[in-house]
Amino acid sequence: MESNLITEDKQKNKLEKVFEILKTMASRPSGLIGLSIVLFHIVLALISPYIAPYDYKAISPNTMLLAPSAEHWFGTDSLGRDVFTRTILGGRTALTVTFFGSLIALLWGGLLGIFCGLVGGKIDDVVMRVVDAFLSIPWILAMLLIVSLLGTSTEVLIPALGFFYGKGIVRVARAATHDVIAKDFIVSARARGHSNMSIIWNEIIPNVRDAILVEGAMRWSWMLLGFSSLSFLGFGVSPPTPDWGLMISNARGLMSFAYWSVIAPIVGLSSLIIGINLTADAFAKALGIDRSTKAPV
Amino acid sequence: MSEIIESVKNLSIGFNSQKGKQISILRNVSTNIKKGETVGIVGESGSGKSTLALAMMGYIKQGLFPLKGECLFKSEDLLKMSSRQLEKIRGRKIAMIPQNAGQALTPNLKIGYQIDEALKLHTDLNKRERDKKISELLNKVRLPSPETMAFRYPHELSGGQQQRVAVAMALAGKPDLLLLDEPTTGLDVTTQAHVLELLRFIAKDTGTSMIYVSHDLGAIAQVSDRIVVMYAGEIVLEGPARKILKEPIHPYTYGLLKSIPKLSLAGLPASMPGSQPQPGSINEGCSFYDRCNLATDNCKKNSPDLEHIKELDTNVRCFNYKELINQNNNLQTSITKKSNNSEANEVLKLKDVSISYAKQKFFDQLLNKISDQNPTVKDINIDIKKGETIALVGESGSGKSTILKSIAGLLKTKDGQIKFENDRILSSDLKMRNPNDLRAIQLIFQNPDESLNPNHTVEQILSQPLKLYFNLSGEELKKNIIDLLKKVRLGEFYMSRYPRQLSGGEKQRVAVARAFAAKPDIILCDEVTSALDVSVQAAVLNLLQQLKEDLGTTYVFVSHDLAVVRAISDRVAVLYQGRLCEIGPSQNVYKFPSHPYTEVLLGAVLEPDPDIKPKLVAEDIVEEKPPEKGCSFQGRCPRKIGDICNSKVPPWQIGENGNAIRCHINIEELASLQQ
Repeated sequence: MESNLITEDKQKNKLEKVFEILKTMASRPSGLIGLSIVLFHIVLALISPYIAPYDYKAISPNTMLLAPSAEHWFGTDSLGRDVFTRTILGGRTALTVTFFGSLIALLWGGLLGIFCGLVGGKIDDVVMRVVDAFLSIPWILAMLLIVSLLGTSTEVLIPALGFFYGKGIVRVARAATHDVIAKDFIVSARARGHSNMSIIWNEIIPNVRDAILVEGAMRWSWMLLGFSSLSFLGFGVSPPTPDWGLMISNARGLMSFAYWSVIAPIVGLSSLIIGINLTADAFAKALGIDRSTKAPV
Repeated sequence: MSEIIESVKNLSIGFNSQKGKQISILRNVSTNIKKGETVGIVGESGSGKSTLALAMMGYIKQGLFPLKGECLFKSEDLLKMSSRQLEKIRGRKIAMIPQNAGQALTPNLKIGYQIDEALKLHTDLNKRERDKKISELLNKVRLPSPETMAFRYPHELSGGQQQRVAVAMALAGKPDLLLLDEPTTGLDVTTQAHVLELLRFIAKDTGTSMIYVSHDLGAIAQVSDRIVVMYAGEIVLEGPARKILKEPIHPYTYGLLKSIPKLSLAGLPASMPGSQPQPGSINEGCSFYDRCNLATDNCKKNSPDLEHIKELDTNVRCFNYKELINQNNNLQTSITKKSNNSEANEVLKLKDVSISYAKQKFFDQLLNKISDQNPTVKDINIDIKKGETIALVGESGSGKSTILKSIAGLLKTKDGQIKFENDRILSSDLKMRNPNDLRAIQLIFQNPDESLNPNHTVEQILSQPLKLYFNLSGEELKKNIIDLLKKVRLGEFYMSRYPRQLSGGEKQRVAVARAFAAKPDIILCDEVTSALDVSVQAAVLNLLQQLKEDLGTTYVFVSHDLAVVRAISDRVAVLYQGRLCEIGPSQNVYKFPSHPYTEVLLGAVLEPDPDIKPKLVAEDIVEEKPPEKGCSFQGRCPRKIGDICNSKVPPWQIGENGNAIRCHINIEELASLQQ
């Protein structure tokens, strides 16, 4: 009975901690704005299928390129589709793909980085040189290659983006691990005879978690930009899926007389990126990691 | 009555807490510095001594601000001056010598250039005069060959030499007041004694007033004319050095002096209960109330004022100080410890152990040649008996921690064997040792801030070894953790705390508990008390001794502090440059005859007693590498007899009282030399 009480107590503490961090983040204006934007986008992405006024793929020659009005808030595009509907649904794709992409990037990048930092020596040398080699390949070319070989489904895009954005995390995780690895509590765990896995799990991860999470949050916004660029070039999700990059690309040529079909996705994309960036900065400050003093890798 | 050059009046310094409360770090401090006088400010960490010293040069750390009072330097208030005005005073009138000169000197500028900068700023001399002045200053701080020294970079100098350069720079502006913030704390014992001797000479020679801030009463005792004792941001005792050290009439100072281990006493020092209150948590009444054994109800309600006692020329902040007058014979007492059974079996044997840090060069690998003929640690033979406390003593670089690490399996040995229980050879590779051997040998580290995972609660920290070695979980795990906490005198409620919520002494107790969680046979203690305050150190030493008596554990205790070693150990091994010099029962090692290096070390120990001056018999040169041939101590030995010391490794000689000495001089002759 009593031990149950303890675990409950601990869990409560963890929730409280998360809450405390959110509170600290919201205490700065920039953090509050960032959090609100991100929250707004997430909520919108969750409820958009239910509130969308039109069918996103319903083409109609009668409604081509209508200016914003009471019926079509953001106007319609060259195929007569409602821009408002497509914009709110477009955020859904972008958020899903990049969220899971970042998660994959965090997992493989973080774990590999921690492992390399811990074992050091020749394994570390080899792995890091391979990572460096990958870093030197322009990611967009590599992505184009993958997409043209394997297709543009989200099942391909998520792991591919996750892989390319995880490389940078490897270096951050390795550097963060080096900061703690020389500390006596790790030496102490080694002397007790703990296995490498146990040392990573119990001693290192709690101490590098914050740095890696902040890095992951930053990568998320970059990945969003990258994903939209791919769609813009026609290598992201395929039409008629509503997507911001795709929408911008389609409406680009008509910008001079039907600006409305390009403005809505641009505002959506840039506000989400700004929101994530502000949130990541506030998150870093709330955790006591000052990004400005550490060189980005 | 000489002229007062700086006076602090009712100074309070504080900060605003996150909740907007004003919290003071210094409370109502008043004191005067006279011309030519050296004042020692002593206190434990957090007592406000550095804040006071810095305020005396008009500097207040960021986040802090003066609440009231003033700092008058020659009747001008430093705290009200603009930074322009302060620039004219700092360096020229008041100079500071920092704690770590190695960090205070710019690494990429030559020593001479850096002193020249100070001279340019503070004097009107021309280039030629300045050059002359530089070598004069370097001469004054007794640096060897000042002409070439000026062209060296800071990293080419030893710690003691760097500190001397810092002194030379401070003297460049001919200041009236020198501020020294723990100037010898990071130095080796012998170097420390030399630097203090230099400071005393400079004080006398130039007539400069000095403020010497330190936690170390031993160092303070050597230089100060007057001592100010700080506790929780207040001055609790102030008076002539001799009076304060010999007849302390404040219970805190009295307890502090009692908790310092002394060379002349074999037993453990008495410890003071509790710890210093945090700023902000001080309620009404005396701030020392919780830890005081003279406390009465009056002390709880009213806080005493600093009272001047004419006949003793002392200021004291205590209602009951009279009870302490004439009680001071008790200062020279200690807790006797149980001696161990010398018949016991040997539990750990080091046989011809040598350890090398050098990497094998590529060509040597090809030719299969061992290049390092002169390893860092060589020929260590020590047999450790069950239940004894053996201490490894030496200055930095003596290889004492290196030996400890290789016993723990963290460092591979080059040659030799480590045998554990019944002559079983322990692998020098951690991964090759069996779990039971790993359990049997545990380590306690110097700094608990680094040895405890900051993101784990005490419960998680203590459960690591229990889960690993005994597979405990659930109720049983919790019961064991509570038992362990009880053993180190901590309550059950500590379980949910994080290390940052504990004081230094409490953290070290948790570290001790973690080591004992494995039910070890041997505990390796690496400078376990040197990061702690004196009163806390005494408590940890007493705890270690108690646990040993209860559980029969064997300690290998590494320390640079000879007095601490004297207090806790049964046997002492003295190391120099990774070679053994002397080994024997501790009461004999501390008696003559002893190895010349032991003699040098013992001579340099600073005791909190103005009558015991350190004996400086050897130069404080720092040797980078052990000599390839002959005696390891040949470079600094004051009793070197000639070529034989350079060419032949000295033989072991066993004295009649059981200590073994490695020296070419005959042991009886050594005895007569050292009388």
